[in-house]
Amino acid sequence: MIPGRSPGGGLLATLDPRSRTIAAALFALVVVGQDSLPTLGMAVTLALLTAVLARLDPIATLRRLLALDGFMVLALASLPFTVPGETAFALFGIEASQAGLRLSLAILLKANAVVLMMLALLGSMDPVAFGQALRRLGVPEKLVQIYLFTLRYLDVLHHEFRRLRTAMRARAFTLRSDRHTWRSLGYLVGMLMVRSVERSERIVAAMRCRGFDGSFPVLDEPSRFRRPDGVFAGLALVGMSLLVMVEVS
Amino acid sequence: MGPLFRLEGLSFSYNPGCPVLDELCFRLDPGEKVALAGPNGAGKTTLFHLMVGLLTPTGGTIEAFGAIRRGEKDFKEVRARAGILFQDSDDQLFCPTVAEDVAFGPLNLGKRPAEARAIVAETLAMLGLTGFETRITHTLSGGQKRLVALATVLAMRPDVLLLDEPTNALDEATESLLTDILAGLPQAMVVISHDTAFLDRIATRRVRLDRGRLAP
Repeated sequence: MIPGRSPGGGLLATLDPRSRTIAAALFALVVVGQDSLPTLGMAVTLALLTAVLARLDPIATLRRLLALDGFMVLALASLPFTVPGETAFALFGIEASQAGLRLSLAILLKANAVVLMMLALLGSMDPVAFGQALRRLGVPEKLVQIYLFTLRYLDVLHHEFRRLRTAMRARAFTLRSDRHTWRSLGYLVGMLMVRSVERSERIVAAMRCRGFDGSFPVLDEPSRFRRPDGVFAGLALVGMSLLVMVEVS
Repeated sequence: MGPLFRLEGLSFSYNPGCPVLDELCFRLDPGEKVALAGPNGAGKTTLFHLMVGLLTPTGGTIEAFGAIRRGEKDFKEVRARAGILFQDSDDQLFCPTVAEDVAFGPLNLGKRPAEARAIVAETLAMLGLTGFETRITHTLSGGQKRLVALATVLAMRPDVLLLDEPTNALDEATESLLTDILAGLPQAMVVISHDTAFLDRIATRRVRLDRGRLAP
């Protein structure tokens, strides 16, 4: 589940959430545009350095990266056999191309660099602060509201799901591969949706009772860009320019 | 001073042919703390929603704070002066932090952030919740959620409180704390509750909703 406030972030915690959000987005853009393996290696190194600076938990981070890589492994494994080019090796009589191998490796590095950087810059941030940063960066209000409401009610929905699931188990329901199981699971999902709609109606009613008319007032005084943000922006620009320069040369 | 609320011949139904409220009459005067009882599904919560215009009656009139109320515009003012405490506090608390949630109403009423902050501090202090400002609403316990939900209502500085089962599912300590708080508030209130001990302490009058009408 998404935690409420995640402290930490090391040195990065002193930065304005907007600086971190912009840097993460720019980094992703720059890295996705790269093709040479040395540049991508540099990008991964840069992401690793940031992760260390953000004091990410190594084991939890590794687990997340592995989840990503596990997800991509099928696509990457088939690439060498489908991309035409000089033969690198053959498996069961099917030839794997060098170009394909190179492409797989490049995609792997890209994905890991971007995700690691996101985890370091955004993952260590309080999710609510991230939402407010998005709002102040001009992301459409509706998207920000959907994000913030998801944060707030994910936990409530999960509780509701667990309550229903426990109630089912209390009446000896076990997962089997028969019609009864599928129908019951369908009822569970359906009931969860009905309850969500009803809850959303009650929430809007409660909000209208407090004078809500469609726009969200903001209580927090916004944080400002300060000296550390300037230093961080400078370093980020230098890092990303290096990536672009190495790529171009 | 006239009545805060006067309902005359109020009717309402969700489905034609089976009315929930049938020409109901009710009057709430300043200083009254009215207990509203009745079987499950009798329409007690529905009555609250009609009183603040979340639902539209099929017949009858709603007079609130000295004026007949009809459209959405009329009821906006009613909602600012009559606060509902909902049965499920999770419905009421939707902001990430307690301070933001308590400030939501005052900010909607046009208060500046600094004023809203002062109201938040004052309201939380009144309920013994000082220091809860930065707490995350969905990590609070059930009792804390109920108290914070009450704070969000009180922060609007209402003249009338409509409380929907306020002591439901609270432990003894929280219940007695909430009872003390509610007994000490100057506002007129209507309280839906099945908790006899609680009602004995705060109610000045009792009414019962049954088959669409109120009986003493």
